[in-house]
Order: sequence, then structure tokens, then C-alpha cells
Amino acid sequence: MTPVIERETALPIKSDLDVLKARQQGKELAAALRFTNTELTIIATAISEIARNTVLYAKTGCLQLKVINQDQRRGLLIIIKDHGPGIADLDLAMQDGYSTSRGLGIGLPGARRLMDEFDISSEVGKGTTITMTKWERTKL
Amino acid sequence: MLVPILKQEDFLIASIQGELSDVELLALRDQLVDKVQRHRSRAVIIDVAVLDIMDSFSARTLRSIAQMTRLMGAETIVVGIQPEVAMSMVQLGLRLEGTTIAMDLEDGLAVLKNRGSQGNDACDRA
Repeated sequence: MTPVIERETALPIKSDLDVLKARQQGKELAAALRFTNTELTIIATAISEIARNTVLYAKTGCLQLKVINQDQRRGLLIIIKDHGPGIADLDLAMQDGYSTSRGLGIGLPGARRLMDEFDISSEVGKGTTITMTKWERTKL
Repeated sequence: MLVPILKQEDFLIASIQGELSDVELLALRDQLVDKVQRHRSRAVIIDVAVLDIMDSFSARTLRSIAQMTRLMGAETIVVGIQPEVAMSMVQLGLRLEGTTIAMDLEDGLAVLKNRGSQGNDACDRA
């Protein structure tokens, strides 16, 4: 079943200030769902990691936040798209401790651990898209 | 958002007042390193109680503050990590190696006080 989008918002990611805005907005939107405080923090942290990744490697990107309802379960869907250089070796980029910049190499694999679903696709020279979801623990 | 840094006896207290951007975090690092040298501080307490997010960049900056001040002879004590933040840090795999952790500002000050008295004990015994 395709998910129903209940609410959505999008914001550009261009600087470290946008990373702050992104995680605050994510938290606000997620607060409308039945998440615990810890889950809200976890969601905001995951957004922070992927948004920073975009600023570091692609310079600019677009973040979409969607409250979705699928199969009587609600969740927060987070999509970040950029038209940056892309990632040549995704398996390597998703390894803990791998980094080509000033990062820790923990961002992407860390975000994957924090979320319920995580998907990354990338094409060198075209850009990268990360899609991740956190579901409410209980069905409606 | 500017982080006020208070000088107390031979230590510094930095109380973070709100979410910090990457640039602001790095500015805090530079200020602390500068003030440790200027005031010959023995320790730096960083109060993160208002932070509801600690991501890999903030953790890394705190670690580098601790490493830098240690090289200058000062200890860094991070206080006030919130329970939700602790849970997400563990899931994310973040550690704060090299920093001392205390529950809150009071606890952090107690750690410093104990260090001081232990030092005196060692002198008394000598």
C-alpha cells in the first residue's frame, strides 16, 4: 500500500545554520506523532547527521519531511536530495569510521542505526538521495 | 548564540545557552583554548544541559576541546548530558573519550573540589 502523506514540509540545506533549522523542524513535525522524547531526539540527531553530510560534500541540498500513514501506522519520512559529486563507493561510505573529510565517518552509518528504515542512492557526478523513516511504535 | 565563559578561581565554566551551529561550536573551542592559557586554568567545565541533540560533530568538538586543554594542562569536564541525548549518543556510537563526565554543574564542581583535596592529602602525606 502506498503511504498517505498527512503533512509535509521542505527546506533548503545550504549551511550549518540550515542543519540546525532542519533538526528543529524535524523535531517539531515528529512531535505531532506518538514518539517518545528519546525518539524525537533520535530523529533530530539523524536529520542533523544527513544534513551535515549534504553541506560537507554537496554544499547544497533539499530536505523533505513527511508525516506518512501506511497500513494504519504513522511515521516520519525524511528525504534529502543533493546534486553534489555523488558517492563512488556506497558500501565504503556506509562503513563506520570511513570519512573523506573532516567528519567522523560516523554520520551516515550512525543515521542508519538511529532510524527504522534507511536507503541511500547515489550516482557520481549526479548527486545523492537519502531516504529514511521512523515509525510510531504502535498502530493507530 | 554566544556561550558565556565564567572564570572561577582556577577553572572556567562554559554554560551553553541554546543549540549551537558548527561555527559557534568551533568558536567556543577556540575561546576556551585561549582562555585556558590566559587564565592558567586547571579545568574547564562545559554545561550541555540545554542541548537536546548531540550529533557526531558536537561530540567530536567536545573531544577536541578536551584533548587540546589536556595538552595545556587543564582537564575538561562535560556536565548535564540529558537522558534522551545519552540514549541517542549510544545508538549513534558516540563517545567522549578524554573528557570527564559529571551529572550536573554541582557534581562537576564537586569533582574538581575532590581533586583539590586529594592533591592536598598527597602533600600532607609526603
